[in-house]
Amino acid sequence: MSKTSIRLHRGLDLQLQGGLTPESPVKVVKPATVAIIPDDFPGFTPKPSVREGDTIVKGAPLMHDKINERICLVSPTDGTVKAIVRGERRKILRIEVAAEEGQSAGRKKFSIAPDAGREEIMNAMMESGLWAMMRQRPYDIVPVPGTEPVNIFVTAFDSAPLAPSLEREVTGKGKEMAKGLETLAKLTGGKVYVSTRDDWSLALPPEVHHIIIEGPHPAGNAGVQAANIAPVNKGETIWTLDIVTAVRIGELMLYGYPEWETAVAVTGSEVKDPMTVRTVAGSSLSPVLKGNVKEDGRNHRVISGNVLTGDKESANGYLHYPYRQVTVIPEGDDVDEFMGWASMSPNKMSASRSFVSSLFKGKKFAPDARLNGGRRAMIMSEQYDKVMPMDILPEYLIKAILSRDIEQMEKLGIYEVAPEDFALCEYIDPSKLELQKIVRQGLDYVRK
Amino acid sequence: MLRKYLDKIKPNFEPGGKYQSLRSVFDGFETFLYTPRSTSQSGVHVHDSIDSKRVMIIVVAALMPCLLFGMYNTGYQNFIGSGITDLNFWHIMLYGFLAILPKIIVTYAVGLGIEFIVAQWRGEEIQEGFLVTGILVPLICPIETPVWMLAVATAFSVIFVKEVFGGTGFNIFNVALVTRAVLFFGYPAQMSGDRAFIASSPICGLGGTVEYSDAFTGATPLNQIANGADAATDAAGHILSTWDAFLGLYPGSFGETSTLCVLLGAALLLITGIASWKIMASVFAGGLFMGWIAYTFQSPIYPGSAILPIDQLVYGGFAFAAVFMATDPVTAARTGIGKYIYGFLVGVIAIIIRVYNNGYPEGAMLAVLLMNALAPLIDYCVVQANISQRMKRLRA
Repeated sequence: MSKTSIRLHRGLDLQLQGGLTPESPVKVVKPATVAIIPDDFPGFTPKPSVREGDTIVKGAPLMHDKINERICLVSPTDGTVKAIVRGERRKILRIEVAAEEGQSAGRKKFSIAPDAGREEIMNAMMESGLWAMMRQRPYDIVPVPGTEPVNIFVTAFDSAPLAPSLEREVTGKGKEMAKGLETLAKLTGGKVYVSTRDDWSLALPPEVHHIIIEGPHPAGNAGVQAANIAPVNKGETIWTLDIVTAVRIGELMLYGYPEWETAVAVTGSEVKDPMTVRTVAGSSLSPVLKGNVKEDGRNHRVISGNVLTGDKESANGYLHYPYRQVTVIPEGDDVDEFMGWASMSPNKMSASRSFVSSLFKGKKFAPDARLNGGRRAMIMSEQYDKVMPMDILPEYLIKAILSRDIEQMEKLGIYEVAPEDFALCEYIDPSKLELQKIVRQGLDYVRK
Repeated sequence: MLRKYLDKIKPNFEPGGKYQSLRSVFDGFETFLYTPRSTSQSGVHVHDSIDSKRVMIIVVAALMPCLLFGMYNTGYQNFIGSGITDLNFWHIMLYGFLAILPKIIVTYAVGLGIEFIVAQWRGEEIQEGFLVTGILVPLICPIETPVWMLAVATAFSVIFVKEVFGGTGFNIFNVALVTRAVLFFGYPAQMSGDRAFIASSPICGLGGTVEYSDAFTGATPLNQIANGADAATDAAGHILSTWDAFLGLYPGSFGETSTLCVLLGAALLLITGIASWKIMASVFAGGLFMGWIAYTFQSPIYPGSAILPIDQLVYGGFAFAAVFMATDPVTAARTGIGKYIYGFLVGVIAIIIRVYNNGYPEGAMLAVLLMNALAPLIDYCVVQANISQRMKRLRA
């Protein structure tokens, strides 16, 4: 196993209140309902594999992809299909499953020979639901079968605001992790890179390259890692996944099926007691948050995920992919702030030194969801570059996307990026542009 | 209380309301008074506290030392020129204040008026860009500029340099500098020469009538040198040392004579990170470099070449242009490397024009405008370098 260290300088760690500490409690929750939301899986066009009322076991497919029918999203629990919720033009919003104790003895077990070929492993991954947990670049979508990745990037830490430690999540699963990474090495002619922080203590198999990355967020983004190790060129494909998925691939290979238990970090300034909740993927949020949201009369924003890339949910919503974090912050639509732009308050969070708060190093903030300003044209220059540790000119790429100029987008490296890589740019932007949405539209436009 | 009042009158301004044609204006005032409650609907859930209002207001704050010094200097020059011996500080300040106030009011009224109309016409929010432009224009014009000229020039540049390109963020040329250029080329008699830079008449009983003579010409230091003087003097005929020129108590455009005050503003812009240090530093570097070349190859045909390189930086509008004009993010180069090139060339060209064109003793304005035009080309080259690096990787 080779080892490389990389230090990134550009980026930003948001200092938010309501993070986990090593002493934070752990609670186990058995949700009454779980739901799988196909919108969490870009590039996946869902067709239901079940009907309302069907009794299903853990690991049974709920939906499959319209084009590559083997790619499935599976039920993380035993139970009954409660509802197939559809939106406009009958688009599937989610499939809800009422969890019931029981029949998982009958669940499908994949028997994969130790010397199984690439094809056989990939089929098992698609049918077991693990395939959809990976992403490919270009386009940041569920990998399209049939293209061999030049490299595979496995991220073993999450650098997003208030994110939990992935190392803690996979500790004690060394055998499964090793098996999963070995399996991934069989799927590419190139290399499997595993990126960690420098205090990583678990053993990694010899097939992988260990990359130690230091520096602020977005250091944990797969795209940032790829850009600093082996950038994606036009015509190439890479796969990205997190270490938890790699462990599940190991479980599939060793035991015939992956487990869908997950540890969820419940964080944010409006959470009474930040804690880890052990539940299953797609769990409903109400039991996860039960009794743990501050009753301070403020409107709350419940985010399934972190504050940068998570999805806005109601308190009765569901956990979204990658099923590891819930953040609750004030919504802020109930605040009257007089001349906020002139504020000298030390409580205003900003990466700019034009606020008093920049004098207090290490101070933690409790920002709300307001835009803190009006939408404008790009006025300030080189703002995005400060938080973009990739060889990309973000302003120019965004402009190419807005003008729908495919050739220019290609030249400026759209194949190397995902919306999440622009999340911090969107945060610091004084013009309040919707950069992640713009990048997603650009990726979809180029793909079609 | 105020909030309740705003909420009460707000329906009148919404579509279908009594004053719906003033909607943009109402929104403008409402968002000025209260941070909008609109929350994030896509992408990130938290946003940085900074917005363009904050950016603009910091630039305005950075201009305050220059504005205050300009008031003092204006009063001082008038008092000296009219032979008043009682130099009461408050009288001087009040005179300067009264001299500049109508110009500030007129510039803002004309500029913001046009912005309000265009915003309403386009159905957009009012943008803050003119908050800075409106204070820059009076600061870079000679104090004797007639108010009507300011109004005409401001209207011209806001409409034809900014709004026709799409408003704040889309203009190619610096709006304030184009206003200055329109005045300079449109009304050369009133805008240059020796008598434009000193307020010549009493205001509200303060100050006196300036009487020009050989001993009191009112010429700016650069003008004196361009006309063959051995050394620059202040209005009263004392020879200016580098330190005097740095302090700025000599005739010149209203707010740009004091390099000290410009640097105070620069400090605020750099500490807050609002303006680009890359541009600022490279303008000064370019000016020093070209000043040094001119000084090394002195020629009696070009009296400006005898100025010490360091004096080039403290005379006239050079420092002001470096700190407040060249750094305008919309019209400057936007790429990191581009900013160094852009800034350096602004400095070099400003000194070239100043030294080798005796017709225009001040080159900073034209240098910045010329580089505004070239900035997209510089950026294009930097972007192409990034692209060709990516293409090289693809071929490798």
